[in-house]
Amino acid sequence: MSRYIFTRALLVLPTLLAVAVLIFLLMRVVPGDIVELRLVLGGSYVTPGVIAAERARLGLDRPLWDQFLHYLVGLARLDLGLSMWSGAPVAHEIGLRLALSLQLAVMATLIAVALAVPLGTLAAVYRGSWIDQAVQLFSVAGLSIPSFWLGILLILFLLSVFNYLPPLIFTPLLVDPKANLAQLIWPALAVGYRYSAVTTRMTRSALLEVLREDYVRTAWAKGLRRTVIVRRHALRNALLPVVTVIGLEFAFLIGGLVVTEQVFNLNGIGKLTVEAIAQRDYTLIQGLMLVVAAGYILANFVVDVLYAWLDPRITYG
Amino acid sequence: MRKVALAVLLAVLLAAPGVAQQPRRGGTLTYIVTALPPSFDGHRETTFAMLHPVKPHYNYLVKFDTQNYPKVVGDLAESWTASNDGRTYTFKIRRGVKFHDGSTLTSRDIKATFDKIIFPKEGVVSARQVIYQSVQRIEAPDPQTVIFRLRFAAPSFVEKLASPFNFVYKADILERDPTFYERNIMGTGPFKFVEYVRGSHWVGRRNDDYFKSGLPYLDGYRALFISSRSAMMAALKSGQALIEFRGVSPAERDDLVSTLGDKIAVQSQPWNCNLIVAFNTRKKPFDDVRFRRALTLAVDRWGGSAALSKIAFLGPVGAVMRPGSEFAMPESELVKLAGYGRDITAARQEARRLLREAGVPEGFTFTLKNRSVAMPYEPAGVFLVDQWRQVGLNVQHVQQETAKYLADQRAGDYDASVDFACDFMDDPDVQLAKFVSADVSPLNYGGYVDRQLDALYFRQSRTANKAERLRLVHQFERRLLDERAYAMYVLWWQRIIPYWKTLQGYKTTTNHYVEPDMEAYWLSQ
Repeated sequence: MSRYIFTRALLVLPTLLAVAVLIFLLMRVVPGDIVELRLVLGGSYVTPGVIAAERARLGLDRPLWDQFLHYLVGLARLDLGLSMWSGAPVAHEIGLRLALSLQLAVMATLIAVALAVPLGTLAAVYRGSWIDQAVQLFSVAGLSIPSFWLGILLILFLLSVFNYLPPLIFTPLLVDPKANLAQLIWPALAVGYRYSAVTTRMTRSALLEVLREDYVRTAWAKGLRRTVIVRRHALRNALLPVVTVIGLEFAFLIGGLVVTEQVFNLNGIGKLTVEAIAQRDYTLIQGLMLVVAAGYILANFVVDVLYAWLDPRITYG
Repeated sequence: MRKVALAVLLAVLLAAPGVAQQPRRGGTLTYIVTALPPSFDGHRETTFAMLHPVKPHYNYLVKFDTQNYPKVVGDLAESWTASNDGRTYTFKIRRGVKFHDGSTLTSRDIKATFDKIIFPKEGVVSARQVIYQSVQRIEAPDPQTVIFRLRFAAPSFVEKLASPFNFVYKADILERDPTFYERNIMGTGPFKFVEYVRGSHWVGRRNDDYFKSGLPYLDGYRALFISSRSAMMAALKSGQALIEFRGVSPAERDDLVSTLGDKIAVQSQPWNCNLIVAFNTRKKPFDDVRFRRALTLAVDRWGGSAALSKIAFLGPVGAVMRPGSEFAMPESELVKLAGYGRDITAARQEARRLLREAGVPEGFTFTLKNRSVAMPYEPAGVFLVDQWRQVGLNVQHVQQETAKYLADQRAGDYDASVDFACDFMDDPDVQLAKFVSADVSPLNYGGYVDRQLDALYFRQSRTANKAERLRLVHQFERRLLDERAYAMYVLWWQRIIPYWKTLQGYKTTTNHYVEPDMEAYWLSQ
């Protein structure tokens, strides 16, 4: 196990480096310039000299290889650089938003798992019954309705029925849990519902497969109770693919809540990514992509470890 | 009976227009800003996204009176005089004005501020340096006097000084670090800085040492950064924000009015913003004046105004100077310009004739590049495509993300492009600057060189006689839009500002730069 963890950890560095190279080059081929956006967008008359001086100040006039080298040296020192838009350290900008996105992703995951595992199990156990039909309807609706749309509906409902809108300014959980939950519960529900739909279907189909296995039949033959068979024998094995889906969805949520964050005006990583790309804030985009990539790598890693815990037959070596 | 009579009298008195409510102190005004400030430095930025949250921390030498725009009043200047030849302006500075750090403001701070704007040191960005070409030097002979010495008399010099971007900074700080104000706040304004959380909010609280007695009325303000239109509307409907100072679409206004009823008021004004179409004169057939004239003749501005004003914040028909402004071309002259006549059928016949003459075949295809911003760019683009289709042209509407759109305009990578201009004043020096030759103005995306236009621009800029200046300005407009048709104006914008009636003292102006004037706003509850 420790050897596996060590090998995986060694792979993280080249993966992150590849992401850094890719993002650096991709951003440089995308047309548009942060200096023009800042100085000319308001429609004002700014001389070419002023624009050139600003480009030089930001180092954008230097050869590409020089800029890349500078970036790599920074990364080696664990320095993500300064945001070209705000001048603040990129790590600080991301840190401010990461807490919100992580909390929202965790809340959505908890909601999804809390709904999906029991519903998926019920649907599989009572296959073909009205329970199964109802769960199928629930999950198909969840897959069909985008989270942002559900979010808009939730906001409209709260506004028109209760004249209530969740607070617009983020309060950290440790500062005021009530205000924090009042703000995040609605987007977490919107995202969690769609997420649960995917996971419910996966739980149902995985469990159906396991319930056909010989060892389950043996358990039935031994006269074990249904709850024992499902909980102890079938569900544990059926959860393997479910855990994979949960892990990947969670990793996606860290950077993928773009539209939901816009709808609920949440100051998270997704909204920051959209801003950074629209502003051509190269350093911030690079930092964000590294964080999102690290999130994916970490989530995959956790999934692999969970695999081993759920199924002792899986060995590492 | 006496009670009824008294009640009637009271009702009449309360309803009488002359009976205004007395300003009330206290409360926090929460409003929306729909974009993020790039930095906090007014001298280098060009966007309302910086002005709206940052402006309440600062004062100006002189400023626009938002209640009587475009009247200029003293702010830190108690008074000023101009010499007979219009080349020397002497400002007397108020005594006892304190910066938020407790230090006293003197003429040295004013001089340092305008030196930074007009004569920036190397490495310091000044976005408005170019509009002060008339200024030779600035002097501060004593702590209460500032003198601007000009190379030539400039008719709207004081209005230019009143730019809402000209925050007065502290000389000692600028001397130490000219970029200090990009990341920090230190002014004399009615509100002190409390906090800024990027992407979330900006907070200011009342400056209790403010030099204007009794002001400000508010305890503080909170600007919420909300870029999503649906989130903005929800915030306004729920009362979590009372106003957004830039403007909403007619549909958004109707939605708010139907939801909030008499809790909301709406003010509307012609806006000093417009949509233009730049023609790339470096490309065929856009290098042919007949083709460009045909394009402008085909557009029914009057009909478009009536239709588009219902769905977009577009409306007034005008040339280069804002319709309704003191510089605007009278309608009797305006209708003589290509594309401004009332008979659109005749105009389109003429357009077809010109297209034939220019050798442009029926069904000729070109691209109209546009910004992928819904309001008002998208409806304007769709409108133009339809108008040009009616003279047999086939136009592809390409909507681009803002950075790419700007890059293509500046690189000349387009056929025709929806362009725009927004500013804080109607002065021709500002409004016409975009259209002088490409080797003079970096904002001339059409790529043409026309020394006649340049000469007209510089002559009007130095002409003190108002009637003569107007004549030159209109001559410039005729050459630009009619004789040479280098570009065309589509429609000007119409500002629509809905706000909760609890906000008092607010009056819209023709632009979203001089607002918000938080100094005299107050909340009735």
